[in-house]
Amino acid sequence: MTDSVGRVSSRRAIIQGAAAGAVATLLPGTSRAANEPAIGTYPAGSSGDTVFIGITIPRTGTYAVPGEDVLKGYQLAIEHLNAGDPLIRMISPHTSKGVLGKQVTSGVADSGAKPNDAVQNGSRFISQNKAVLITGSVSSAEAVALNKLAQREKVIYLPGISGSNDTTGKDCVRYSFRECFYGQTAAAAIAPVMVKNIGKNKKAAYLVPDYTYGHTVHQSMEQFLKAGGWTTATAQVAPLGAPDYSSYLLNIANSGADVFININFGNDAVQSIKQAQQFGILGKQILSVPYNTPFLARDVGADLMAGVYAATDFWWTLEDRFPLAKQFVAAFEKKFGYKPEWGANAGYMQLAMWADAVERAKSFYPPDIIKAYEAGPEIQSTVGPVRFRGADHQLIRPVIIERGKKKADMKSADDYYEVLEVVPGEGLMQAPDAFGCSLGPAT
Amino acid sequence: MLSWPNFFSQFFNGLALGALLALISSGLTIIYGTLGVLNLAHGAMFMLGGYAGFVAWQHTGSFALAVLAGSLFMVVVGVLIERVVIRNFYRRPHEDQILVTFGIGIVLVELVRLGFGSDTVSIQPPAWAMGVTPLGFLIYPTYRIVVLGIAAAALLVLYFVLYRTRIGMIVRAGIEDSGMVDILGINVNHVFMLVFGIGAMAAGFAGIVNAPVVALTPDAGDTILVETFVVVVIGGVGSFPGAVLGGLIAGEILSLTSMVDPSYSEVMLFAVMTLVLVLRPQGLLGQQDRA
Repeated sequence: MTDSVGRVSSRRAIIQGAAAGAVATLLPGTSRAANEPAIGTYPAGSSGDTVFIGITIPRTGTYAVPGEDVLKGYQLAIEHLNAGDPLIRMISPHTSKGVLGKQVTSGVADSGAKPNDAVQNGSRFISQNKAVLITGSVSSAEAVALNKLAQREKVIYLPGISGSNDTTGKDCVRYSFRECFYGQTAAAAIAPVMVKNIGKNKKAAYLVPDYTYGHTVHQSMEQFLKAGGWTTATAQVAPLGAPDYSSYLLNIANSGADVFININFGNDAVQSIKQAQQFGILGKQILSVPYNTPFLARDVGADLMAGVYAATDFWWTLEDRFPLAKQFVAAFEKKFGYKPEWGANAGYMQLAMWADAVERAKSFYPPDIIKAYEAGPEIQSTVGPVRFRGADHQLIRPVIIERGKKKADMKSADDYYEVLEVVPGEGLMQAPDAFGCSLGPAT
Repeated sequence: MLSWPNFFSQFFNGLALGALLALISSGLTIIYGTLGVLNLAHGAMFMLGGYAGFVAWQHTGSFALAVLAGSLFMVVVGVLIERVVIRNFYRRPHEDQILVTFGIGIVLVELVRLGFGSDTVSIQPPAWAMGVTPLGFLIYPTYRIVVLGIAAAALLVLYFVLYRTRIGMIVRAGIEDSGMVDILGINVNHVFMLVFGIGAMAAGFAGIVNAPVVALTPDAGDTILVETFVVVVIGGVGSFPGAVLGGLIAGEILSLTSMVDPSYSEVMLFAVMTLVLVLRPQGLLGQQDRA
């Protein structure tokens, strides 16, 4: 840091700064980064030839499987950024090679989906590696904790998977930007489809993981299904990572519900659905998964998922609708040998859109990057054009409604879902301040 | 959801859950009782047993062979761990024993993760045990009823070995006073090795039997370990009947509380444990000097 201060005060730097300033006056929206004061890991983190991204993601525990998928999305994005791949340049048009010409390096740490571990990982990346960006989450509990860290440390943070309304709601921060869909948008998108297909005035049984994600998705689902006259027969709240759901499932089996709405995610979703079948629930109640977890169909099998309604962020057959999805699926499958799930898409898109914001800001100075994000230009994505909402830093993006295919209807081993609707994001979102978002300062 | 059908359902479910917890806890409690080592790798052994059974099941397609092969594998693993690592820690402070068994647990979990990944794997129960059984007041997964039977039978076998055989008598004597057993000319080292092997087998056996109910992941032992410790504390550290009683109590607490509000079931479990610690620190069936 002393180095850079010294450099700023040198004659050359002053001339460079003045030149940059002149350019900035001519081109509105560009910054005068060279003269900006130190903030967070700036300028130390971007003073060399490389910049470091700290990835904290669950690689163990109940969210390990979706965590690995998100991580692979990051890895592909970093490879594409450094090589200036045509795909990433469709999303971030100013990218040549690297980000602002600097090669991207990264470090990965396991969070186990625990907020404390996630924050420790993030802090270490910031203090030891001078990370210019922290990214990763599968649990909203870790995303919310990292939001707070990012705001305190003034280092940008991008959640990986985070479905809670709170992440860009009451716990939103200036330094965080979310790509994926969340409880409110999921519920707003899937509820009308369920009422249309299953009928009005039904009784629903909920299985709810006991933390911010579960509670907000549950709340939003109840709110939107009420419009169709649906009531709640029971809401079973289970701790994250509960291995045995028998007692919850007995309550659900005895509740007289018509529909079983399972909000669990990751391995919890896999376990609870398999066990629900053992208890004979799936034969009597229609299963719905309002926030679909990556690899769910593969793990529980097509037989159990046939006819199940689910909302998701991305499904690989969207390649038939969106050219970028086709390129992304092809590149991902070539590198990793399987069709990307939505976690990988979220990871890839987050880094691509961050690169775009940095390129547009022409600087690693965080307040300038934030401004570039908040300007909210239209960005090409794997699910069509999207843009960030400046008021709460949520990406306005469609929600995909899918239904599990019968085994006989599957065209290939991975063809688990039929995409029913791609619901545009704008109409699904609450007013930016409805969940109490107050972003806080950038400096 | 308070209703008679739900009460009976949950009570029965608590029994099934409790029998399994009792089986796992009995392994932990006899290891502690005899060796004086608090085995924090017990959850990992539960998980490892499940995976060993899974491999055997994949190769043979037979559930019975999976249980047999997995259990034998766990005896070998238990004996090896005792010989190579645990044996060097008998004279070390409790903190060292806790740390080393904790470490063994991490190593086992990560080795399994290396070999099998984090995805879930399941063992299919035998065909005759699939499906559901109507029990009048509820329909209940047939295999879970089978688990209840298997766990009860395994506990009976353990009881028979511990209370009706010479080796069991030596083990129980070892629990009372291992120094005296040594003085009497019995090779305590062999007894310790055997006990650790049996303890590991009990955990592993439970892991295999449970694998068709709850799909396996490398982290499957984490929650079980905590619940097992609670069972042992409630029942009395080092007491085999205590582990059985504690297991059944814990199973019923978890199941019956969730009938009222599932989010309180674990809280209740710990509340009861606290109560036991306050009123009867040695546990319900534990002895004063061992607590």
